[in-house]
Amino acid sequence: MKINLKVWRQKNNKAKGELKDYKVDHVSPDMSFLEMFDVLNEDLITKGDDPITFDHDCREGICGSCSMHINGRPHGPLAGVTTCQLHMRSFSDGDTIVVEPWRAGAFPVNKDLSVDRSAFDRIIASGGFISVNTGNAQDANNLPIGKEQADEAFMSAACIGCGACVAACKNASAMLFVSAKVSQLALLPQGQPEAKMRVMAMVNQMDAEGFGSCTNTGACSAECPKGIDLSNIARMNREFFSANLLGK
Amino acid sequence: MSNILDSKIPEGNLNEKWTKYKSSVHLVNPANKRSLEIIVVGSGLAGSAAAASLAEMGYKVKCFCFQDSPRRAHSIAAQGGINAAKNYQNDGDSTYRLFYDTIKGGDYRAREGNVHRLAEVSSSIIDQCVAQGVPFAREYGGLLSNRSFGGTQVQRTFYAAGQTGQQLLLGAYSALERQIGMGQVKMYSRHEMLDVVTIDGKARGIIARDLVTGKLERHFGHAVLLCSGGYGNVFYLSTNAMGSNVTAAWKAHKRGAYMANPCYTQIHPTCIPRSGDHQSKLTLMSESLRNDGRIWVPAKKEDAEALRKGTLRPTQIKEEDRDYYLERRYPAFGNLVPRDVASRAAKERCDAGYGVNSTGEAVYLDFFFNMTEKYGRTEATKKGIENPSAAQLKEFGAGVIKEKYGNLFDMYKQITGVDPYEEPMQIYPAVHYTMGGLWVDYNLMTTVPGLYALGEANFSDHGANRLGASALMQGLADGYFVIPYTIGDYLADEIRTKAISTDHPAFAATEKDVEDRIQKLLNVKGTKSVDHFHKRLGKIMWNECGMARNIEGLKSAIADIKQLKVEFWSDVRVTGEANEFNQELEKAGRVADFIELGELMCTDALERNESCGGHFREEYQTDEGEALRDDVNFAFVSAWENLADGWKLHKEELKFENIKIAARSYK
Repeated sequence: MKINLKVWRQKNNKAKGELKDYKVDHVSPDMSFLEMFDVLNEDLITKGDDPITFDHDCREGICGSCSMHINGRPHGPLAGVTTCQLHMRSFSDGDTIVVEPWRAGAFPVNKDLSVDRSAFDRIIASGGFISVNTGNAQDANNLPIGKEQADEAFMSAACIGCGACVAACKNASAMLFVSAKVSQLALLPQGQPEAKMRVMAMVNQMDAEGFGSCTNTGACSAECPKGIDLSNIARMNREFFSANLLGK
Repeated sequence: MSNILDSKIPEGNLNEKWTKYKSSVHLVNPANKRSLEIIVVGSGLAGSAAAASLAEMGYKVKCFCFQDSPRRAHSIAAQGGINAAKNYQNDGDSTYRLFYDTIKGGDYRAREGNVHRLAEVSSSIIDQCVAQGVPFAREYGGLLSNRSFGGTQVQRTFYAAGQTGQQLLLGAYSALERQIGMGQVKMYSRHEMLDVVTIDGKARGIIARDLVTGKLERHFGHAVLLCSGGYGNVFYLSTNAMGSNVTAAWKAHKRGAYMANPCYTQIHPTCIPRSGDHQSKLTLMSESLRNDGRIWVPAKKEDAEALRKGTLRPTQIKEEDRDYYLERRYPAFGNLVPRDVASRAAKERCDAGYGVNSTGEAVYLDFFFNMTEKYGRTEATKKGIENPSAAQLKEFGAGVIKEKYGNLFDMYKQITGVDPYEEPMQIYPAVHYTMGGLWVDYNLMTTVPGLYALGEANFSDHGANRLGASALMQGLADGYFVIPYTIGDYLADEIRTKAISTDHPAFAATEKDVEDRIQKLLNVKGTKSVDHFHKRLGKIMWNECGMARNIEGLKSAIADIKQLKVEFWSDVRVTGEANEFNQELEKAGRVADFIELGELMCTDALERNESCGGHFREEYQTDEGEALRDDVNFAFVSAWENLADGWKLHKEELKFENIKIAARSYK
């Protein structure tokens, strides 16, 4: 396959960026999208050009590093798939593909396709945990949790923190990310004592980071590679309003 | 024997060692903890757990990771589960059995004292994780669910679908973030440690590079903890993340820390086979699949040839024409033999000409029997259907399989384009984990005072082969329950040491070394990319220091690697500059270290004239092709000291006082 690429190049946070054209020949349908970038970078290095910077690590869809906005969609055309698990068999010979970084005020560009997502870490640091010091725990089976409830908490906990939800949202809202963590811990009995404090702190931090508001378009959930459900946002709103009513 | 290799295992009965140690180890009072600073390099299970736990105790902690967030460390990719001797299944498990299985699984090349401690704390790990909100799989009654893993005959593995590592890491990460929010930990993401600073023989800090600005930074610590993972990427293709590297451990080695058993590499039996030269990494299919998947190749060579040509489908091969070679060779453990045994058996069949894909390097992992006969029939009975049709059996069974392994099946289909509900998976062994690592004593301290190694970065608990679901256990044990005690033994004597200014000449000199090396890499201005050299190194290592090794191959590999090193430093092309975000420069530094490590791995493999666990020397095997250990001459840990003109071997004798050392049989 031959692929034409338009890739966002930006030297650093301060520089102005632009889309540049590249051609990649000899693309195999079995290559992953990132392996196609490896081939392109190898070409660029051979020519003495600066290779394209992009975030990636595990390349098996779980670390949440990869973050390419492909033809206008976070992680590309397939549902439920991260960029690293997208394969070239999903494209056709001669296609032109536009690749940009996540676009959000709260995710400034570091270089080329790499953005700074540390806002997510700060949101977790504000309350996305259960306060239990090492060594304080009781026997694990002293706290039975119904399977269905545990499974639901697991579904929320499956979030990989990639930021596709923010990139998909026209308001760059982080509601899906924040609500997934709020939901996981709200669904579990261990999370109850701090539930109200948690949701208030995390929502406040989310606002402070400059993420936008939620207008319920559902683009976040539709583009989420882990299928985090919109009902998480509803649950977080419920938690938030009840915490507010109780004046926490 | 050199006295520097004092393992410091406490005296006394095996099951009292750790308890007595904890009661008698030096303590640091809370006021003094506040003035002691600890550097943690790496934020995986070991690093996050250690950083969070030490901060909770009151120490001032700085934590470093090269990823953009501590949550992305490669522990996140562990799929199958975590072992703990809870005996919730009432199937005869105990601390002793977990200890015994681990020593035997490690082919009698691990320390009894360390492994028993690991088994003792395993239960507390599960308790801690549940308290943090880790959503483990549960039964309908609300209690925790377990499954089996290789090398054991009990069900002691706790799991969260096929994402156990993710959930455990997110638990440790949330504990870490809590401490960051409280100001007890200062986090340095996108920072790579490039050297250890030693003052008067003690580790006192690190030089780190801010990967976004390229700036070098000096950081002081009363102690430095390396939790930087394993070095499987020396093989280029492995199941490790692209960024996983040996640099932190290797720099420590160059500053005096001994490297132990570097040749012990775990080749995982069930990975998705490679598809072509563009391949950048390999993807694991969890060992838990071997609970329900049966491994086979065709019994007839002509069938294998037809499969390779694509003229025959596996589903067309009759039951009697299939060779379930693990069930045949190892009836007691069957498909659940340990990883090293399963990997070698796959290689043996493929080398003999029975491989099933176009490269000839693949075997089948087949779920059809258990899907239909085990789960399908049970579900049909539950539904009260007496004579279910084949279609019903498959439909019901597929539902159960989806529940257990859904995400793995989806991942397999996404990568290969083949639906594993319809056709057996193709699998082949791939590099997955490294049992070797920095030599540490019972306190997890390396041969450099104040420098510790935790998790996969150390060598201590898995001997020559790690059992499945034990990596997560060890990483968290080291971080949550071991280092918080053992570090006190050292820091109690450091309470009078004031924080050392990073203007100290040792910091300046070490930073200069780092800067010079970066400039040297950039100044080669050769013609070949970093990846070019990494791929060549990987090929040498896989061919000569992989699943099977022999004296000629290892000797030629050492010569080839030396040559490769010369070529690298004269012909590598590192684009860009030092003072910017430069991923090629990052890779170049790591590959340069991998090349040196590769030579040491081959040297270690050459020195060890026996076969054990992940180290299989072709010269040392039984008539049936099983590994032939030599307990008379090789029951020791090889610890390598880095010298200006090569390496010096030190031996730590392994004493087995509680387990009778025996041939390792799974038949």
